Amino acid sequence: MTATTRSDASPLLKITDLTIGFADSRGVVLAADRLNLQVDQNQTLGLLGESGCGKSVTLRSILGLVPYPGEVITGQIEWMGRDLRRIPRRERAKFRGKEISMIFQDPTSCLNPVFTIGNQMIETLKVKLGMSAQDAHHRAVELLDHVGIPSPEQRLKLYPHQLSGGMRQRVMIAIAISTRPRLLLADEPTTALDVTIQDQILKLLDDLKSETGMSVILVSHDVGVVAQNADLVAVMYAGRIMEMGTAQQVIQHPRHPYTRGLLSALPEIDAVRAREPLTPIPGQPPNLAKLPPGCPFQPRCSHVRDECEDIPVELDRRYPEHGSACPFVDAEVFS
Amino acid sequence: MTTDNLKPLLEVDDLVKTFAGKSSVLDHLRGKPQPRLIALDGVSLTLPPNEVLGLVGESGSGKTTLARCIVRLETPDSGSATFDGQDVLAAGPAELRQIRRDMQMIYQDPYTSLNPRMSVQTAVSEPALVHGLVEKEGTERLVRELLGRVGLPFSVAELRPRALSGGQRQRVAIARALALNPRVIIADEAVSALDVSIQAQILNLFAELIHDLGLAMIFIAHQLSVIAQLSDRVAIMYLGRIVETGPTVSVFTNPRHPYTSALLDAHPQVGEEKRQEPALTGEIPSPYAIPKGCRFNTRCRFAEPECFEVDPPPVEVAPGHVAWCHVLPETLSGTHRSTD
Amino acid sequence: MNAQKSRSHIPRAALARLQWRATAERLFSTVTLWAGIIIVASITLLSVAAPLLGFENPNETNLMEALQPPSPEHWFGTDDVGRDIFTRVLYAGRIDLTFGVLTTYTSLVVGLILGALAGYFGGILDTIVMRAVDLVISFPFIVLILAITAITGPGIQGAYIGVLAVSWALYARLTRGEMLALRENQYIMAAKTLGYSTGRIIFVHSIPNLLRSNLVFSMSDIVLNILTLAALSYLGLGIAPPTPEWGEIVAQGQRNLFTAWWISTLPGLIIVLVGTGFSLIGDGLADRLGEDGGAAL
Repeated sequence: MTATTRSDASPLLKITDLTIGFADSRGVVLAADRLNLQVDQNQTLGLLGESGCGKSVTLRSILGLVPYPGEVITGQIEWMGRDLRRIPRRERAKFRGKEISMIFQDPTSCLNPVFTIGNQMIETLKVKLGMSAQDAHHRAVELLDHVGIPSPEQRLKLYPHQLSGGMRQRVMIAIAISTRPRLLLADEPTTALDVTIQDQILKLLDDLKSETGMSVILVSHDVGVVAQNADLVAVMYAGRIMEMGTAQQVIQHPRHPYTRGLLSALPEIDAVRAREPLTPIPGQPPNLAKLPPGCPFQPRCSHVRDECEDIPVELDRRYPEHGSACPFVDAEVFS
Repeated sequence: MTTDNLKPLLEVDDLVKTFAGKSSVLDHLRGKPQPRLIALDGVSLTLPPNEVLGLVGESGSGKTTLARCIVRLETPDSGSATFDGQDVLAAGPAELRQIRRDMQMIYQDPYTSLNPRMSVQTAVSEPALVHGLVEKEGTERLVRELLGRVGLPFSVAELRPRALSGGQRQRVAIARALALNPRVIIADEAVSALDVSIQAQILNLFAELIHDLGLAMIFIAHQLSVIAQLSDRVAIMYLGRIVETGPTVSVFTNPRHPYTSALLDAHPQVGEEKRQEPALTGEIPSPYAIPKGCRFNTRCRFAEPECFEVDPPPVEVAPGHVAWCHVLPETLSGTHRSTD
Repeated sequence: MNAQKSRSHIPRAALARLQWRATAERLFSTVTLWAGIIIVASITLLSVAAPLLGFENPNETNLMEALQPPSPEHWFGTDDVGRDIFTRVLYAGRIDLTFGVLTTYTSLVVGLILGALAGYFGGILDTIVMRAVDLVISFPFIVLILAITAITGPGIQGAYIGVLAVSWALYARLTRGEMLALRENQYIMAAKTLGYSTGRIIFVHSIPNLLRSNLVFSMSDIVLNILTLAALSYLGLGIAPPTPEWGEIVAQGQRNLFTAWWISTLPGLIIVLVGTGFSLIGDGLADRLGEDGGAAL
């Protein structure tokens, strides 16, 4: 499912029918419900959705990091043909941080504040790549330089709190790419950063992607970020995928009422046009413990009808490569 | 909207605010002066009645410190702030109380801006009760009215914040702020923590309230699209100073300060192609060591020798539109003007 | 019905497991809380209602019945002068429980207020209060008690004064730390910009939110204070005989530990039971208050 013709190579990561359940005070909720996703070589898949839609949990499930009280109930997560859920835990740990790396929104949660950056990077290199201390040191300096950190030799001696947010994020990226992963999972990597720094970091990720051919799954709630940086986009709502296609298809010709609602609700930077009232999506975010049968977007949808209660959870692909979970609303209707 | 003949509601003049940094005992012994973090380095602005001023800046810009100084949550080192002719910074307790009724603040985090132990009813009625604007018997009617104004049903009155969503909590915070009939509202990143669909609801609500109640507003945000949506005028802040200010349309379509242009470029726009190079390289300098001359010189593509020596003076580049820059490049990109 | 329809694809075992998880924690904390409440309430009730239940004079001696093992007439047996131990335990309960509750909650109130003020205002007030806390905590307790008893004479007053003089400090320190964090919350800033008085901000907005950890801690503190009284009586300070007090009863039985084991052991078990009861309440409270941010209180 790339923008060009489908390649014959099998996908790098294929998620089938993934269902993740959580237990909390509201009861049992499905953070992800029968998701089907796929990422090919050198491709960026954007997971777009608002808070609570399940995008972060889905990402974590790939590496087996779903926290208690959640668990993956069913589904397959195939990495280059092998189902990651069925291999023993020890083997799965080998993928983590090596072939599949992850970066997070908050670098402070993955950088240990009591160790210097050099310490943490060198340790990763020694453990994951079996390098000697000296080689690891060289490589660490190289990596920091590569991600755009000036005076890398000196920075190795610093502690995480002595760096700015943007710098910490670069360090995290450096650690993540140190093992030349084939897939990088990025969970809201720039949400906590200033917009000019976000711009730099996204550019860095793009450059790395071109250089190494790695694929990226980019999770974000920022439509603009996903629109500009993803090849494919999957829009999530209440744990389901509502729409999936190329970035251009989904953003320019949205087929699902939720996607359309989201795009219409965006404020514009064009100051001349901007003063018109926005068209928000009415209602409240979904309560995962009390979803209606069928499509979860019904309470807020302006095209809702009785048949919505019986909608199956899958994407209708009347248009090649561009699927929408809503079989009723067509691209033609939206102008 | 010509507001030149109206007396400004709020006038801020040359506010300076610094914070003491930490120094070790050794530094003390060596006689090193204590490092000072410069949060505001001479900020001035005016706010006429019923105008919305957008305040934009990234981290270290000082925009939140400015808001806090205006409402006296912080005390500036020097400078003045006047509300309707009254000196805010020197006001005694009684005057301050009055000023506080007229100038209200809405905070960023809907999860901590409401007291978790108070019901909506209590939170929204408390201000009026404390200030003696209403009697106990009148609180229900007041709460009903305020909740209605922010689009919430009266049934939420008995709930505690934890039962409400982020957007609903923010509405309660707005209702609480309106309880004292303020004339100015300072919204400090009031929609930044909300989802897109809810953000749009709250922005519309603000626009409605501004129109219906004739409010003036200082709207602080880091997202330019949100600023464009609400603001009549905008002020761009960098490292404790305003670097450009003017009518939003003028500043956004024709920015004259390189930083403003970089901010506009860096904003990921749906429908726009991604650029090849990042809009701005480098990091923001440390607020402990503000660069000499123009503070933007460490990252500016257009910097000339003068920029490293002398503070740029304000230059009026268009009616009401002022930029602080020596170079004022002509070729800066702004947003595209719509073809109507 | 509809919910079932949308969940039909989930294997039943997994659904059941998750449902169990969803309810288990809350169930567990409720059980813990109530178990504790029942234990403490029962013992309190028995102690208070002792005369009504037919347990009269705890000091009535009867040398004929001395050192009797537990029996239907003397549930806990008798001591070396023939006093019914169960009756003594019940009457001692009044003294111990009153002591525990009074000292703990007086200390809590004092410490809470001082800590809140110190944390809110900072500066000199903070320094004074915190140094006082340091002083009180580091001072050797027994020496303090001896000094106080030397002034007040024998009897429970010495114990009251001594424990009160020290107990408040822990609450003050705890509260001050929490206040430092609480102060930065946006609803406190909002209270300022809404023009509320400092008193209102501290007492109406802050203190209710500071109560939670203090209350949880107070459960352990009650136990500690009761044990302190028991220890003091055991050492001969505190209660003057023949007034029954749990620690004193246990101390008395020490001589006959291997022969009339019931004199020390059974009252000792009661102390353990009471302690466990309070502890369970503390655990249950901690869980319950934790999940809704203290709003349930």
